[in-house]
Amino acid sequence: MRAATTESRGMRSLLILLAIGWLALVILLPLGAVFAQALAKGAAPFWHAVTQPDALASIRLTLITAAIVVPVNGVFGIAAAWAVAKHHFRGRDLLVSLIDLPFSVSPVVAGLMFVLLFGANGWFGPWLMAHGVRIMFAVPAIVIATAFVTFPYVARELIPLMVAQGRAEEEAALTLGANGLQTLWHVTLPNIRWGLLYGVLLTNARAMGEFGAVSVVSGHIRGLTNTMPLHVEVLYNEYNFVGAFGVASLLAALALVTLAAKALLEWRHRDALAAIGH
Amino acid sequence: MTPPALLAPVGASRRLKAFRRTAMPGLGLTLGMTMLWLGLLVLLPIAAVIVRSLGLGPAHFATVAFSARALAAYRLSFGAALVAAAVNGVFGLLIAWVLVRYDFPAKRLIGSLVDLPFALPTAVAGIALTAIYANTGLVGAPLAVLGIKIAYTPAGVVMALVFIGLPFVVRTVEPVLADLGKDIEEAAATLGANRLAVFRRVLLPEIAPALMTGFALAFARGVGEYGSVIFIAGNMPFHSEIAPLLIVTQLEQFDYEGATAIAAVMLALSFTMLVVINLIQARERRWRDNR
Repeated sequence: MRAATTESRGMRSLLILLAIGWLALVILLPLGAVFAQALAKGAAPFWHAVTQPDALASIRLTLITAAIVVPVNGVFGIAAAWAVAKHHFRGRDLLVSLIDLPFSVSPVVAGLMFVLLFGANGWFGPWLMAHGVRIMFAVPAIVIATAFVTFPYVARELIPLMVAQGRAEEEAALTLGANGLQTLWHVTLPNIRWGLLYGVLLTNARAMGEFGAVSVVSGHIRGLTNTMPLHVEVLYNEYNFVGAFGVASLLAALALVTLAAKALLEWRHRDALAAIGH
Repeated sequence: MTPPALLAPVGASRRLKAFRRTAMPGLGLTLGMTMLWLGLLVLLPIAAVIVRSLGLGPAHFATVAFSARALAAYRLSFGAALVAAAVNGVFGLLIAWVLVRYDFPAKRLIGSLVDLPFALPTAVAGIALTAIYANTGLVGAPLAVLGIKIAYTPAGVVMALVFIGLPFVVRTVEPVLADLGKDIEEAAATLGANRLAVFRRVLLPEIAPALMTGFALAFARGVGEYGSVIFIAGNMPFHSEIAPLLIVTQLEQFDYEGATAIAAVMLALSFTMLVVINLIQARERRWRDNR
């Protein structure tokens, strides 16, 4: 007799098929559509589309934005995790909730916030304009909006990891005469490196792919303030589907690389990441 | 230096505690950095929305925040996010169950595909979904023969939010399901419960908090979602225009008051969802600790 804690063979196959079928329809089909549409007219139009000057400018802007945002948010993520995970102070839980806040704000609302700060009618807009500083509809606003939406990723990954690891190793290093920076460099960072890499990967993927927040603050100036996702939108709205899906396929390839790296990290360093709960 | 623990006389545990609290360096620096960055990048901008919308005055605020067009947009954003979160609740649970309980070929590869919506830029997802569900697309064409339209209707909005929300449910339910021992299931089965009864009476209550958290996370994300939706939605005012798009439209028409008021409503909803999610998780933790 079959144990009542498992399903019958038929039921199991049915559930597996249903799950795989749903994933194929919801996830795999859109992913395949990106590459199929990009190469619909062959490799030459695809190559032509992604090497257009405007496309190259958007790739450059996306890389610049990520190159600024990822290290900055990485450093602040480590600082936040150190403060929260290695110390006890009043309001710690509140601080953790505040760090998570950008996750729950609509990207468009995030973009609007910076218009209210730096726009022509914003709090700092007139002063900035009088001093010849251009933030809105320029690269600085794109960087700031991207920094907002990717703010929590690194801290989010590091806090549970560092809490689980405790403070014993750091205390040992300090007792043996190491200073704070040495302890961070030789003890803490090696312990959290895989979790940190994980957070950096997620930050980078979101930074390169952010659309809503950046769309509000960028001004959509071709060749100047269009990141790759914005360039995809512009091309799509011009019915240049090979171009739009061509640039989109580069972003999709980035997403696949991110997922592969993530899977590799989880597989090779499962123990080091155990506290994160992935 | 002698570790203070060795010197500690009787009754010194409080002093020892004080030592432990101060021994770890860098609190001032790291907390200062965190507060500065958090304050400038997150809190100041949020304050700008709140102060600006308060500045409108209650009557004017209500007029622009709850205009007929805005109400229709909220209804679509909330309604589509609810439906999509419900669909994801069902299929997310199914996928989590299959990934945790069964073995099948390429399971790891299939499992990591679940995270694709987290990694794929929303605009890319948006144009891809539109290509599939337009009436010339792979799925849209056969459906069009049956007279069903998905792209450029509210159903398209739901499809986009189903894509975006799926990993939230799977990744919240999966660890809870994996931690669940088989002993209660066995006990229930021994006592004569059939498989369906075991699932409904034993398993479902155990995973309900995680399922609710996943549902709430998917819903919260769906309400504010923009990039994946605008390509497939059709964006007709009163019919297929989501609330974030209305903000963008009003900004483009230099209607900053209208945009700010709607943003304040969305922000209030975000905060409410954040509190709700925290409450569910706190209750779940308490419940687990008590067992």
